[in-house]
Amino acid sequence: MQLFRSHILVCGGSSCTASKSEQIIKEFDSHLKANGLENEVQVVKTGCFGLCAQGPNIVIYPEGANYFRVKVEDVKEIVEEHLVKGKIVKRLLATGDKNENTNEDYSANSIEFFARQMRIALRNCGVINPEDIEEYIAYDGYQALGKVLTTMTPAEVIELVKKSGLRGRGGGGFPTGLKWSFAAGNEAPKKYVLCNADEGDPGAFMDRSILEGDPHSIIEAMAIAAYAIGSDEGAVYVRAEYPIAVKRLQIAIDQAKKLGLIGKDIFGTGFNFDLSIRLGAGAFVCGEETALMTSIEGHRGEPRPRPPFPAAKGLWQSPTVLNNVETYANVPQIILNGAEWFSNIGTERSKGTKVFAISGKIKNTGLLEVPMGTTLREVIFDIAGGIPNGKAFKAAQTGGPSGGCIPASLIDTPIDYDSLVALGSIMGSGGLIVMDEDNCMVDIAKFFLEFTVEESCGKCPPCRIGTKRMLEILEKITSGKGEEGDIEKLEILANSIRMSSLCGLGQTAPNPVLSTLKYFRDEYEEHVFEKKCRAKVCKEMLKYIVIDDKCKFCGICAKNCPTNAISGEPKVPYLIDQDKCIKCGLCETKCPFDAIERK
Amino acid sequence: MNSLEELNAIRDKKKDELSQRKDSQNLRIVVGMASCGIAAGAKPVMDAIIEELNTRGINDIKVSMTGCMGICRLEPIVEVIYPDETRVTYANIDAEKAKRIVAENIVNGQVCTDLTIEAVQNDDGGK
Ligand SMILES: Cc1cc2nc3c(=O)[nH]c(=O)nc-3n(C[C@H](O)[C@H](O)[C@H](O)COP(=O)(O)O)c2cc1C
Repeated sequence: MQLFRSHILVCGGSSCTASKSEQIIKEFDSHLKANGLENEVQVVKTGCFGLCAQGPNIVIYPEGANYFRVKVEDVKEIVEEHLVKGKIVKRLLATGDKNENTNEDYSANSIEFFARQMRIALRNCGVINPEDIEEYIAYDGYQALGKVLTTMTPAEVIELVKKSGLRGRGGGGFPTGLKWSFAAGNEAPKKYVLCNADEGDPGAFMDRSILEGDPHSIIEAMAIAAYAIGSDEGAVYVRAEYPIAVKRLQIAIDQAKKLGLIGKDIFGTGFNFDLSIRLGAGAFVCGEETALMTSIEGHRGEPRPRPPFPAAKGLWQSPTVLNNVETYANVPQIILNGAEWFSNIGTERSKGTKVFAISGKIKNTGLLEVPMGTTLREVIFDIAGGIPNGKAFKAAQTGGPSGGCIPASLIDTPIDYDSLVALGSIMGSGGLIVMDEDNCMVDIAKFFLEFTVEESCGKCPPCRIGTKRMLEILEKITSGKGEEGDIEKLEILANSIRMSSLCGLGQTAPNPVLSTLKYFRDEYEEHVFEKKCRAKVCKEMLKYIVIDDKCKFCGICAKNCPTNAISGEPKVPYLIDQDKCIKCGLCETKCPFDAIERK
Repeated sequence: MNSLEELNAIRDKKKDELSQRKDSQNLRIVVGMASCGIAAGAKPVMDAIIEELNTRGINDIKVSMTGCMGICRLEPIVEVIYPDETRVTYANIDAEKAKRIVAENIVNGQVCTDLTIEAVQNDDGGK
C-alpha cells in the first residue's frame, strides 16, 4: 500500500460540486505533479462536510486545516505554501488563528516555579545566548563597567558595594565591599582579582550555571572589582570538570578582548584589565581561598594559616580579592540599579537574593533564586513543588558538607546567613538537599563525613585523622554495632576538630554530625541502643521478610535472589533465610504483589 | 572599546535585532543548552529544529542557544519568542516534539498547548 504524507479532502457534496469542486481537484492534481508531490499527497473527494454556505471546503490532513471558500486560483498557493513549505494559508482558514488573539500566558512564568522567584544573579541565564557578547550588551551588559570607569572613582565604587550590603555567596558571607576596601588600602605594585568557581559542594551547581549561561556578567564584575582595588589582572579558577562552563567563559573572554572590553585602555580611560582561566583538578579543598591561590601558583592545593589574609598577601604574595561567581554576578546590577535598590531586598543583615541548587527528595530539582528571608517552606513547597510520592518532609541540608540540617519543625525559618547559623547550619554556597521520611539522618551524616574524609588534604592532623575516627564511629553505629558512649565520643571529637583544624574544611566538617545530633539525637540512640533504623536505610539493621498473606507463591523473588536465600513451594508462602540474605533488596523490587517488607 | 557611545551603539543595534522591530513577523527559537539541557538531549533537539526549518525552506527564524533556566528536571526546554517578547516555553522536548513545534507553532501559529511547561510540569517525563 502506498503511504501518503498528506491527504487533501475535497468536499464532493452537491453544493460544493456546484461551486467547482471538480475543477479544484483537477487543479490540485496538476499542481501536485508540478511540484513532484503526486506520490506523497493524495486528493480525495469526500461527502458533504455540512458547511455548504462556506463551500467549497477542503481539509488537509494530518494538520486538519480547514479551508473555506476555496477558489480554483487558490489551489496553487495551497500547494506551494501548505504542502511544499508546510505553511498553512491563513487567509483561507476557517477561524483564523485560534491562539493569536488570546492572551493566554504560555511562558515559563505561567508556572509557580518561576512566578515566585526574583532573579538578579540568574537574570540572563536562560534568556541570552551566552556565546554572543552582543546579546549580553543588548541586555545592558558592560553598562555597569562603562559607568564605573567613566563616572566613578574607585573609592565610590567600594562605597556603593558596601552600602548595598552585598555579602559573599561562596559560603562565608563576608561583606564584599569591606573585602574590596582592605585590598584597595594595601599599596602594592601588583594586585589581583580572582573568581572562585571551584564549586565543590555536592549538589551545588549555581556557579556552573552562571558561567554557562551568563559568563560576561562575571568578566564585567571582575573588571569592576579590579578598578575598585587598583588591579589590572584577574583569573577565574574553575574546575576542569566543568568543560562547558570553561569553553563558554573562554569564548566570552575572547569576545570581550576583541571588543576591547578587557585589555588596554578600556573605554579610553586608561584602565587596563587582563583576565585568564585557571583550571583546577576538582579537589574540594581548592575552593578554600588560600588553597586556591596555592594551586594557581602551581603547588599542591593546600591551605595555609591566615593571617596574612589574601587582601594583604594573596596570590604571588600580592594583595588579592577573591569572590565567588554568584557574588560577582550581583555586582553589575548593583552598580546599575544602586545600593538602595539592592539593600531593599532581603533581610536586615542579608541583602539581595540567594540562588539555591535544590535536589534530593523534591519535585523540581533545579536552580532557583529568591530574596533572602524567604522561608524554607516557600522554597520547598511553593516554588520547588514539594516532596514527591506523598512522602513527608523530614529535613533539609544547607551548606553541603560544611553545613547542617534543618528539621521539619523549623521549616518556617526565613533563610538568611544569620538565621541558618543560629540553627547550627550555614548558608554555604546554596546547596539545598531535601530529605523525606525515607532518609536516615545518621546515614546522611555519614555520607557527608565520607565526603570530607575523602577530600581532606591531609595537611593538619585534626582534619586528616579526626574526621576519619568520626567516620569509623558512624560506620559502627550504622552497622548495628554501636555502643553506649559512642555518641558522646562523636561529640568530643567533633568539637576538637572544629576548634583545631587549619582551614574551613576541617573546622566545618563536623557540622553535619553535630546538627543531626542536635535535631535527631533520638535516631542515633535508636541505632545504638535498639539496633533500629526507622527509615530502614541501614542494611545491617533490617530484615527482609515475606508477608504471608500477600505472597502468591509465584517464586519470582526466589528466582531473582542472587544468594539463593529464598525458598518455597506452591501454596506455601516463601521464606527468606536471614543467614544467607545479603539485603540487596532485589526481591522487594521484583515482587509483583508487594509481599516483601523491610523490617 | 573607546567610549560608552560605542557600547551603546552595539546595544541599540542588537536590541533592535532581538526585539525585531514591531513590523516584523519573525519569531526566535532558543534552546536551553547548559549542562543540564545537553545532558537531557538538547543537541538532537536543536538539530531537529534546524533541520525542520531547512526542509521547509524557512530561513528567517533565528535559532540560538541559551543557559539554564533553573528547572533542570524539565529540560530540554525550547522557547519560542515573539517579536513583542512574549514567550512560549516548551518543556521535556525531544526531536519529534521539536519538529511539531516548528510545524505547528512556527509555521502555523498554533501553540502546542500539550507541550508547554505548564502542561507538562506534572509529568515525570518518563523518569
Ligand atoms: C573547604 C572549603 C571549600 C570552599 N569551596 C568554595 C567554593 O567552591 N566556591 C566558593 O566560592 N567558595 C568556597 N569556599 C569559600 C572561600 O574560601 C572564600 O571564602 C570565598 O570564595 C570568598 O568569596 P565570597 O566572599 O564572594 O563568598 C570554600 C571554603 C572552604 C573552607
